[in-house]
Amino acid sequence: MQIFQQKQLKVIAYIFLVIYAVITLIPFMWALSASFKPLGEIISQPANFLPHHPTLENYQQIFQRQPLFARWLGNSVVIATSITLLNLVFNSMAGYALSRLKFPGNRSCFFLILVILAVPLQITLIPTFLILKTLGWLNSYAGIIVPSMANATFIFMMRQFFCNFPRELEEAAALDGLSSLEIFPQIVLPLAQPALAAQAVLLFMGSWNNFLFPLMVLFDPEMFTLPLGLNSFKGEYISYWNYIMAAAMMLNLPILLIYALFNRYLIQGMTFVGNKE
Amino acid sequence: MPTNFLFLEKPKARLKIRQNFYAYIFVLPAALVLGSFVLLPIVDAIFLSLHKVQLFGGIRYDFIGLHNFSYLIQDQQVGIAFRNTAQYVVMVVPTQTILALILAVTLNSAIWGQKLGLMTLFLPTVTSSTVLTLIFMWIYHPQGLLNHLLATIGLPTYNWLGDPGVALKGIMMMNIWSTAPLYMIIYLAALQSIPQMLYEAAELDGANIWEKFWHITIPHLRPVTFFVLAMGIIGTFQLFDQSYIFSGGTGGPNNATLTLVLLIYQAVFQNLQMGYGAAIACSLGLIIMVITYLHRLIFEDEKV
Repeated sequence: MQIFQQKQLKVIAYIFLVIYAVITLIPFMWALSASFKPLGEIISQPANFLPHHPTLENYQQIFQRQPLFARWLGNSVVIATSITLLNLVFNSMAGYALSRLKFPGNRSCFFLILVILAVPLQITLIPTFLILKTLGWLNSYAGIIVPSMANATFIFMMRQFFCNFPRELEEAAALDGLSSLEIFPQIVLPLAQPALAAQAVLLFMGSWNNFLFPLMVLFDPEMFTLPLGLNSFKGEYISYWNYIMAAAMMLNLPILLIYALFNRYLIQGMTFVGNKE
Repeated sequence: MPTNFLFLEKPKARLKIRQNFYAYIFVLPAALVLGSFVLLPIVDAIFLSLHKVQLFGGIRYDFIGLHNFSYLIQDQQVGIAFRNTAQYVVMVVPTQTILALILAVTLNSAIWGQKLGLMTLFLPTVTSSTVLTLIFMWIYHPQGLLNHLLATIGLPTYNWLGDPGVALKGIMMMNIWSTAPLYMIIYLAALQSIPQMLYEAAELDGANIWEKFWHITIPHLRPVTFFVLAMGIIGTFQLFDQSYIFSGGTGGPNNATLTLVLLIYQAVFQNLQMGYGAAIACSLGLIIMVITYLHRLIFEDEKV
């Protein structure tokens, strides 16, 4: 009886999963299909998923009509890469010091991290904007990168990681006369690779996809990141959904590649964030 | 004796100083960044919210006490944005949490295809809000896919982007769809960490599948549920990207997609009211902190 019940439930579970997977995929397929349709087919509108006259013209057109796309791609790459690398270094340094090194102020630093985690960060938007304005960093790479170079959530994550990490190797290295400044890059960082990889994927995706902060800081089209560029492109070509969808697919491609390659770390990272409490 | 003592103590003290120095080097970069771009702005936001900020001819701050706050309570736009945001939180948080739980439980029970399922379901979560919003604007187009499907099965169609009655619901559907998989992963990890022994023991006692679910699975998911709800509340209160892109920054049609964060953005960039924007931001922050605090109290209370 119970075996029968379980089998039945398994079948229902699979049917549900398949239906939900289809619901997940349909919007992407629909957008992808539109990106290969000529405008005429888009407007005439029977809901055909396979384009009758598939064409690559939309992809060519977006680069001709908006020459800045390549520039936006470059901006996004520079910004997301710098933010990711700087965060990896600064967050793990701070997390390491908070978990391993005894120094006056350690506990208050950790307390401040907890305060930052408790405060909704929308509060900081306007003051940060004014600070960047005063520094003359609006509309510059520095204006986007510098305020995002360290992240309280990931400092917290690295601290927890190092707290659960065996000390023996570091102690052995210390006995050999190495200082913390040498132990950290030579011994600690290579061992922290899984945590760093998870952090890197989350950071890169986060800054690649970020919209609000770049929207406040960058206003010259030359400086736009891809999400901002795509939004302004939508404004200009609002009825050309074939172009907009082609541009959207282009923007999504790098992130899908990263996801395909590194999804293991992404899921590890998400799981860690989930176990934080 | 005392000299001997000093002799022993001295290098130790010097070592201590050197260790402290290294520790500060480790902390310094992060401390500078978080200090200048998070902690200072938090304090600055409170300062700004009590002032009228003049931007032209050099920044000038005129102290006006709580005037910004008394004004925002009467401000109709704030009322609309607050109602929209609250409605959005109340609809989206429970729905996405329940959906995430159902997805995690079903995915966890799957023997084959778990990895593929996970990869597929997670797609919307890795895709940027900009891309998702544009895809859904296309689907919500008056002659778009959604209306086509609705018409095919004989349901009424809507002008999803232009009708104030349904515009926010369009954003809700989209965000439930795109965030549920994120929380699904967190639930899935929690499900997989429940000791299998407990289920086996319950089976020996003759528990059926529902009894096992209610008495083993659900209690074990409590801490994760707390976290998922807290993250959901914080995330939904901060709705901005989708509203901004949907409405081209206006919060339209007829303020139907105006949210509190969008209003903060408008205060700064359209009306140049930095102080007023900061007051709205502080109020939003306070609301979120109070609600997450109450949420924690309720969860801790039930534990007893």
